[in-house]
Amino acid sequence: MMQEGLDDGPDFLSEEDRGSTLPNFKQNEFSVVRQHEEFIWLHDSFVENEEYAGYIIPPAPPRPDFDASREKLQKLGEGEGSMTKEEFTKMKQELEAEYLAIFKKTVAMHEVFLCRVAAHPVLRKDLNFHVFLEYNQDLSVRGKNKKEKLEDFFKNVVKSADGVLVAGVKDVDDFFEHEKTFLLEYHNRVKDASAKSDRMIRSHKNAADDINRIASSLYTLGTQDSTDLCKFFLKVSELFEKTRKIEARIAADEDLKLADLLKYYLRESQAAKDLLYRRSRALVDYENANKALDKARAKNRDVLQAETSQQLCCHKFEKISESAKQELIDFKTRRVAAFRKNLVELAELELKHAKGNLQLLQGCLGILKGNT
Amino acid sequence: MLLVTKKFHNKSEFEFMKLFAARNDSFLSADANVELSTDKSGSSARKEPSGPRHASSFTPSPAAMQPTSLEQVQATAEPNPLKTCENLSTNCVMFLSSLGDGMNAYVAYKVSTRTSLPMFRSKVFSVRRRFSDFLGLYEKLSVKQSLHGCIIPPPPEKSVVGMTKVKVGMDDPSSVEFVERRRAALERYLQRVVSHPSLLQDPDVREFLEREDLPRAVNTQALSGAGFLKMINKASDAVNKMTIKMNESDTWFEDKFQEVENEEQQLRKLHVVVDSLVNHRKELCGNTAVFAKSLAMLGNSEDNTALSRALSQLAEVEDKMEQLHQEQAASDFFIFAELLGDYIRLLGAVRGCFDQRMRAWQRWQEAQSTLQKKREAEAKLLWANKPDKLQQAKEEITEWEARVTQYERDFDRIGMTVRKEVLRFEKEKAKDFKSQIIKYLEAMLQSQQRLIKFWEAFLPEAKAIA
Repeated sequence: MMQEGLDDGPDFLSEEDRGSTLPNFKQNEFSVVRQHEEFIWLHDSFVENEEYAGYIIPPAPPRPDFDASREKLQKLGEGEGSMTKEEFTKMKQELEAEYLAIFKKTVAMHEVFLCRVAAHPVLRKDLNFHVFLEYNQDLSVRGKNKKEKLEDFFKNVVKSADGVLVAGVKDVDDFFEHEKTFLLEYHNRVKDASAKSDRMIRSHKNAADDINRIASSLYTLGTQDSTDLCKFFLKVSELFEKTRKIEARIAADEDLKLADLLKYYLRESQAAKDLLYRRSRALVDYENANKALDKARAKNRDVLQAETSQQLCCHKFEKISESAKQELIDFKTRRVAAFRKNLVELAELELKHAKGNLQLLQGCLGILKGNT
Repeated sequence: MLLVTKKFHNKSEFEFMKLFAARNDSFLSADANVELSTDKSGSSARKEPSGPRHASSFTPSPAAMQPTSLEQVQATAEPNPLKTCENLSTNCVMFLSSLGDGMNAYVAYKVSTRTSLPMFRSKVFSVRRRFSDFLGLYEKLSVKQSLHGCIIPPPPEKSVVGMTKVKVGMDDPSSVEFVERRRAALERYLQRVVSHPSLLQDPDVREFLEREDLPRAVNTQALSGAGFLKMINKASDAVNKMTIKMNESDTWFEDKFQEVENEEQQLRKLHVVVDSLVNHRKELCGNTAVFAKSLAMLGNSEDNTALSRALSQLAEVEDKMEQLHQEQAASDFFIFAELLGDYIRLLGAVRGCFDQRMRAWQRWQEAQSTLQKKREAEAKLLWANKPDKLQQAKEEITEWEARVTQYERDFDRIGMTVRKEVLRFEKEKAKDFKSQIIKYLEAMLQSQQRLIKFWEAFLPEAKAIA
């Protein structure tokens, strides 16, 4: 369970774990405060751990991004003079709600990461994970300095170059061959869908904002006088005020259930691709070790060494292959379950909101038509 | 009724227009017909002015003041006989291309009228008019009527950009939208003209509706949107330059003018936001379509069968949502935005008639001061004892006395007309806004109902994922 703790910087997150069933914990209940960087540290420690090469490492939670909201808040401050007090207050409340929503979302994503780790039979036993959960002081994890970031960058470049190479080689194992083809295509399409869902939802939010301004404008018109028409305007303004809240909620729900889902599987499918890459690397190492052994045998030099090396590589490769297979199957199961849950919830929410809107419209039209 | 049969590059824009055109009726008025009647609800509310009626050629005769049956005016865009099209039917429209180059092309609109008023030659008739004809009518009416304080409905604005595209014959969906927008605006314009009891009696209006070949209106450059505003503002400037400030015995005029100005400002603000909504909705439309395709692709690559099918279904739902958004954007635009645009222009016309009243007052004051000067001149002549000049002076005084009386009467009359007109305008405005906004909300309601159907159909598909 995670709670949000608002502090000076929005990247402060507090985390609480109650009644953990993990056997190695010293206490039953504890809570610590962790920053985003510390989550990244934990994730990276998994990635760098050779022991975990055969697992899909749960993707790191994304960095909290309040830039867009901050920009809007700034613009609002600049435009304060040009709108009425009511308008300003309303927009400020809107923005605060948006800020809060992003915050909640960020917290949720960090929580998902930890839950994934906790649910994994091997990762949950990781020492760093325990330290992360228990150590009630600052982990003093410094963010990567420039040099390290550069190293990471080049590692990734090499990896993707390698990835291309390796992808070209057809795998003997049908299962992995299919998975490779599938993941490459799936990842690209999920990436595309994710970007496009974001754009769609953004437009939806913009439209809801416009309806908000229309409601304000109609309200101003309605308060000019007390004629029939003015009363009419007031009623319509009230309606729009309510419908736009619903529209904003629809956009938010679509964001949560659809856009976030796609984003998450974008990252997970990348993690799965990384696993396949690691397996391919292990295969290449194994094949190289075989070649080295043949050469050693031919020359009759360092044969023992070559044999040991080859056996290690073989063992490593087989271990990775075995766990990778299971991981990829689990990935599929998880993916299907997650999509099912989210799509069902999405449909239910869309229905709920549409019915809400419908009721509002019917009510308002009944009154408006009755009076004219 | 407008149905365009040209090919479109962008399917969604075409759909936007088609579905709007098909639902024309419900959008514009009860059955896409303008009612043309001399009286109906008007006379019951209106009190006959007790003062002398203006002596002009179009004074409505008592007979015509009786409530008559409805007359209907319909404006449609018409095929040009010079260019044939395969599916020539009364609903087909093609853009005209003349013997000259593309820039001389124009769109002809068919104006159909149905009436039972005796002053028309027949009961049902139609004529072809082009846009400048409508502007010409407005010009004629303004010149005559504004002097009497009438609120003359302003025509839609000229648009060089819009028309150029149309002339160049671009298969541009936005030029289709442009023509439809203009057609609808012209129809509303005509409707307002013919539902005004005094204007209906004007022979220029009758000629416009009936005459086969109308002489081409010239000098309509002044009547572009900017030109129209300029006219109004010129009158305002004249008023502002008045040295003698008016002493309002009745604050009604001052208060009302202020109200009108405020309202115009508010409507402008609202219009800007509604325009923004239209754009965002169109954006949403485009983005939804793109997303739907992307989702379909994702569904194809998903290897779990049930999930794959569900994703494809979701893509279809999003496709349908795109359709809904498009319709909603059309509704936003054609019902809401255009309503606001019309009334912003109309409020300008209302301001115009207030200004006319001020000018009448000014004329009266100037005549009074001239009369005063003449009297002083006469007194001087009396004293100087010049009998022949004295006679002329007396004649001039008589002449100016008559003018002063006339102008005072004019001023009173114009004041009464303005009051009458404003009250009538307010009633019409209230009716218009209410009916249009209700239509707008009903369109929204239908959207929601369809939305519910889409998602209800999808939900079992989502639940079936295993």
